[in-house]
Amino acid sequence: MVILFSQAGSSTRRKMLSSVQNPRFLLIQCRRSKPFHNRYHQYPKSIHATSQVQSVSTSLPTSQIQKIQKSILSREKTARQFAEEFLNRLRLTEPHVKSFLHVSQTVLNEADEIDRKIDRNEDVGPLAGVLVAVKDNICTADMPSTAGSKILENYRPPFDATAVRKLKEGGAIIVGKTNLDEFGMGSTTEGSAYQVTANPWNLECVPGGSSGGSAAAVSARQCVVSLGSDTGGSVRQPASFCGVVGLKPTYGRVSRYGLVAYASSLDVIGCFGSSVADAGILLQAICGHDKLDATSSKREVNDFTSQFVAKDIFESQPLKGLRVGVISETLGDGVDQEVVSSIRGAISHLEELGCIVTEVSLPSFSLGLPAYYVLASSESSSNLSRYDGVRYGNQIVSDELSSLYGGSRANGFGPEVKRRILMGTYALSAGYYDAYYKRAQQVRTVVQKSFKAALDEHDILISPAAPSAAYKIGEKKNDPLAMYAGDIMTVNVNLAGLPALVLPCGFVKNGTASLPVGFQMIGAAFDEEKLLRVGHIFEQTLEGCSFIPPLIADEFKC
Amino acid sequence: MALTLLRGIQTRPLFPCSSAFVTRKHVLFCSMQSTQTETTMKTKQQPHSNFTETARAKAVEKALKDFEAIIGIETHVQLATMTKAFCSCAYSYGDQPNSCVCPVCMGLPGALPVLNSKVIEYAVMLGLALNCKLSMNSKFDRKQYFYPDLPKGYQISQFDIPIATNGFIDLDLPLEFGGGHRRFGITRVHMEEDAGKLLHTGTGNYSQVDLNRAGVPLLEIVSEPDMRTGIEAAEYAAELQRVVRYLGVSNGNMQEGSLRCDVNVSIRPIGQLEFGTKVEIKNLNAFSAMSRAIDFEIARQAALYNEGKAEEIVQETRLWEEGSQKTVTMRKKEGLADYRYFPEPDLPEVILTEEYVNGIHDSLPELPDMKRRRYEDMGLSMQDILFLANDVNVADYFEATIAKVPDIKLATNWIMGDIAAYMKNEKLSINEIKLSPQELGELIASIKSGTISGKIGKEIVDPVEIEKIVDKVIANNPKQLEQYRGGKTKLQGFFAGQLLYRVDKARSLELDFCSSRSFKMYVLPFFFSRNSTSNGRPAGFLSFCVGVQKQT
Ligand SMILES: [Zn+2]
Repeated sequence: MVILFSQAGSSTRRKMLSSVQNPRFLLIQCRRSKPFHNRYHQYPKSIHATSQVQSVSTSLPTSQIQKIQKSILSREKTARQFAEEFLNRLRLTEPHVKSFLHVSQTVLNEADEIDRKIDRNEDVGPLAGVLVAVKDNICTADMPSTAGSKILENYRPPFDATAVRKLKEGGAIIVGKTNLDEFGMGSTTEGSAYQVTANPWNLECVPGGSSGGSAAAVSARQCVVSLGSDTGGSVRQPASFCGVVGLKPTYGRVSRYGLVAYASSLDVIGCFGSSVADAGILLQAICGHDKLDATSSKREVNDFTSQFVAKDIFESQPLKGLRVGVISETLGDGVDQEVVSSIRGAISHLEELGCIVTEVSLPSFSLGLPAYYVLASSESSSNLSRYDGVRYGNQIVSDELSSLYGGSRANGFGPEVKRRILMGTYALSAGYYDAYYKRAQQVRTVVQKSFKAALDEHDILISPAAPSAAYKIGEKKNDPLAMYAGDIMTVNVNLAGLPALVLPCGFVKNGTASLPVGFQMIGAAFDEEKLLRVGHIFEQTLEGCSFIPPLIADEFKC
Repeated sequence: MALTLLRGIQTRPLFPCSSAFVTRKHVLFCSMQSTQTETTMKTKQQPHSNFTETARAKAVEKALKDFEAIIGIETHVQLATMTKAFCSCAYSYGDQPNSCVCPVCMGLPGALPVLNSKVIEYAVMLGLALNCKLSMNSKFDRKQYFYPDLPKGYQISQFDIPIATNGFIDLDLPLEFGGGHRRFGITRVHMEEDAGKLLHTGTGNYSQVDLNRAGVPLLEIVSEPDMRTGIEAAEYAAELQRVVRYLGVSNGNMQEGSLRCDVNVSIRPIGQLEFGTKVEIKNLNAFSAMSRAIDFEIARQAALYNEGKAEEIVQETRLWEEGSQKTVTMRKKEGLADYRYFPEPDLPEVILTEEYVNGIHDSLPELPDMKRRRYEDMGLSMQDILFLANDVNVADYFEATIAKVPDIKLATNWIMGDIAAYMKNEKLSINEIKLSPQELGELIASIKSGTISGKIGKEIVDPVEIEKIVDKVIANNPKQLEQYRGGKTKLQGFFAGQLLYRVDKARSLELDFCSSRSFKMYVLPFFFSRNSTSNGRPAGFLSFCVGVQKQT
């Protein structure tokens, strides 16, 4: 039997950029610990790791979005010029980083259209000319949306996700769709059914996940900002691994309409940028109530951009009196000592800025991880039921309905997805529901309460974004439990539905090279504004660190 | 035996390349090719396989001497909301397949349900009408199973906290079934969404999925096992149909599947406390089928008991076959299905406020049982009551008529007599006939007051003659006609007088005219056709003229 489905979009093949060998690229110096194995035939052999990251530049991160807006409106530079700049860099770096599953063919046309509008003195939105990359589990009407899964191969949704629609309305140019762990299930982006994305800081390392493609794309400056999704840390952990800013909004702040569901009660669309301001401006553009998502909040949204004041008008202690709680459970055993040192450094920096830093204990912290995996797996086992081979992906030929389902799903899903569907199905089964799903919900309530109590005493809470910096590709591929354990710092925040901002704060040694480390700031529900303000001040006052990866460092030297 | 609806099917894709569908956005064409689409059914030889009406009645009567039947009913009522339960698609029965679909009801990745508030309103209405206790805090759950007509792989339903529980329904049995009042318990009412439909093409070797119905809101009403006979069960369902129609929450149409009943039947020897094994019967498309199917099932089970084969009564789902008038095995239960219910995370909890519930309570219409009690107080016979109150539109018509002229007997006679006969003949509903209750009221008033002459000849008039007279009256009174058309409808009386004058003169109408064939075949369509303006006759005019003949 065959059950046929007429897909609303065309079956256009994914178009990857061909790698263009640009002579300039050969001069790029990329720091690596040892010679790079030629996994990709395009890889230029002359790349060597030499320079020290920190010495590349000491310039502070500035909002690229504001810069673009200012330049194109003053006609100092055209949208096309910006677009070409990013596209060129994308062409050069993509063969090594592999952030994208699909790159738009209409970027320059869209840039031209913006330039024409400016010529005609027409309104262009706040994101005009800003190249935004979108995680491939977020639906786009004019591009494939596979969620990194074979079961959605060539699938083109007939609609834009609300977040994407809002970006387009704001003038943004969607540059392409980024790689991810299949359906967002993973922490390395190795779980993609299509390709492995590399960390721009060290091409042998994972970019983190599941939004690894979006994080790597911003890190390698292949786009200005990008959208990811965060169910258990999928924006924050890759932000930390790739040295970029990652913002996980409060659950309900951004519409999930068009986000391919993994675990509906935990999923949230998040933002990546190379500065706090960019992440904030991106959030501003996509957040707010959506009548298509019953779980989106009707709460009013403040103007985040007012927080991004220039450094020269900061007071000497701009964060004076801010009560910062360091979650003591997150700096103990199992956390890389260098990561702990970086966080301690960040804490000192916050103290210098005037914060009152104290330790706070969240006894329920360690319960979050198992509860998260039970709940996320349970919901995913249900959310992924719709991939039955009837409407998407390749349907196997079978003479029986149950084997049609079985065969199509066996072919279409990867091992990690199957593992989670099995776990979730088990947890929801009669006789096990109370012991697993129900108990995990009870843990969730406990976690929510303990965060609430801690945030009544503190303005923000602090922890590492991950227990380690980026690790080698393949290192945890066959050890799912080790990978799950890496989510310990982030999953509690999803269980509580709180907003969190990850920003780079230092480096750990990785042989002769270094890898970035991010720290996580957790705020009260719907208080993204405070996180952005603190994050912006932190970032603008953090001297001596530059988070531009060596892969592209030469471009940013001047 | 497992469900083998789609068994034995070997196929290749109908459309190997999806490019053919590029322009057909939102149109799902799920096709299943198959060489065989018949439901595989194991039909047991039954001792009473060729029941006739009387044979079945006798068998049931005999069975019920020694056994008591326990009958419970699960009813799905499709709600008549403008849009589906969780998206803004409109749905109407019989639309082109897959023309009422969107990303949400097709279950496309990333689409999310948003609850239509009308569903809650209708659920609360029905809950109150069925005397239930409402859950002020309820929620939606996902019921999970795989089937091609279920696009998400789960049905959004309510599991452990239904919106309404623990109610009852009151009804009056028709006299021909012995009469009497009954009260049956309602266990629960919950909200859920409908699935799509699989279309098995008769000659084709594939099946197709039509998702038009997917996501249409349903209320599932579960009764207590309070019914004891097929008649009681059918009357329970009929009363439920009346209630949903009175409330206006559903059209209650069984043929279109807007009201679907699944019946559970078990029997036990009279005096035994524990229940027998229950059997579920599906495919009941009419109340009469329900009653017959239950009677068949009672007799079948009783026969097995009497033959000492009680163990052959097993927990199973049986289908009613209208052709052979029997129930046959569809599938045997293989243990309990595990639907892995869990709370629907895409939808917030359903929270009702006292104020909201009170508002709905206060705006509930008069319900069938209340109406019957009121008609009883008016002195109507139960037969008349059941006829008039059966259809809320007929009841409304009746009440509008007696509001115009308070003669209950004449109004009842007219409605149950000529109008009912005409509706039956022409297959029209009372809302489709053109004689307004106000006009009927006027007519009755005229007859009562003697304005209208009773001098009517015996011979049947040629309807053409009536038309001629009507046309003459019109032609002779152009001024009055103009005024009538200008809105001076009171001139009807003037025209009636003119017509009667001439009719009397022609001595061409007779007393029993209204029951004559010509009247029904020819005049009535005009009579009831207020929009008929042929020959320049004003709308409603002829009806008035001809109506005078009903003077007895
Ligand atoms: Zn729809």
